[in-house]
Amino acid sequence: MTTIHDQIDNEVKTNDVVLFMKGTAQMPMCGFSGRSVQILQHLGVPFKDVNVLASDELRQGIKDYTNWPTIPQLYIKGEFVGGADIMYEMFQSGELAGLLKEKGVAA
Amino acid sequence: MAMSAADIEKHIKEGLPDAQVEIKDLAGDGNHYAATVISAAFKGKSRVQQHQMVYAALKGNMGGVLHALALTTSAPQD
Repeated sequence: MTTIHDQIDNEVKTNDVVLFMKGTAQMPMCGFSGRSVQILQHLGVPFKDVNVLASDELRQGIKDYTNWPTIPQLYIKGEFVGGADIMYEMFQSGELAGLLKEKGVAA
Repeated sequence: MAMSAADIEKHIKEGLPDAQVEIKDLAGDGNHYAATVISAAFKGKSRVQQHQMVYAALKGNMGGVLHALALTTSAPQD
């Protein structure tokens, strides 16, 4: 039985860009998750959305995985980038687009 | 059960004694705040690490009682 940690590990390692969020890209269920989806869509970068509301175990597991207490959480090439605030700050400063290019993620 | 701006400031200052803290109440519901925290302890730390230090100071309230805390952190300008 794979643990929740392994499932998360697998998601972030097998997808270039992963957004753990409340709801889905089509139907975000929280303002911060919604804004984070818009940022990625604006940058035109394909990403895997993972709905943490689908399972309480996942919802808690993701917070333990990075010792980060809130959702959404963005991962690029397996690396935790930040939550909604950091994503927004990096988007406004152009740092997020730079990081995506640096990591060779098609944008 | 919500948190007051004063509670947040107290927790952050307990965790980061030298911190300058400015709290803005975004929604008036005790649940959505923006906080600017300046502390020498942030020097050389990445943004994610800085935020984690503030969350640690909030001792588990973050994400539970406190739903949203828009954080802006920086080390003091030399």
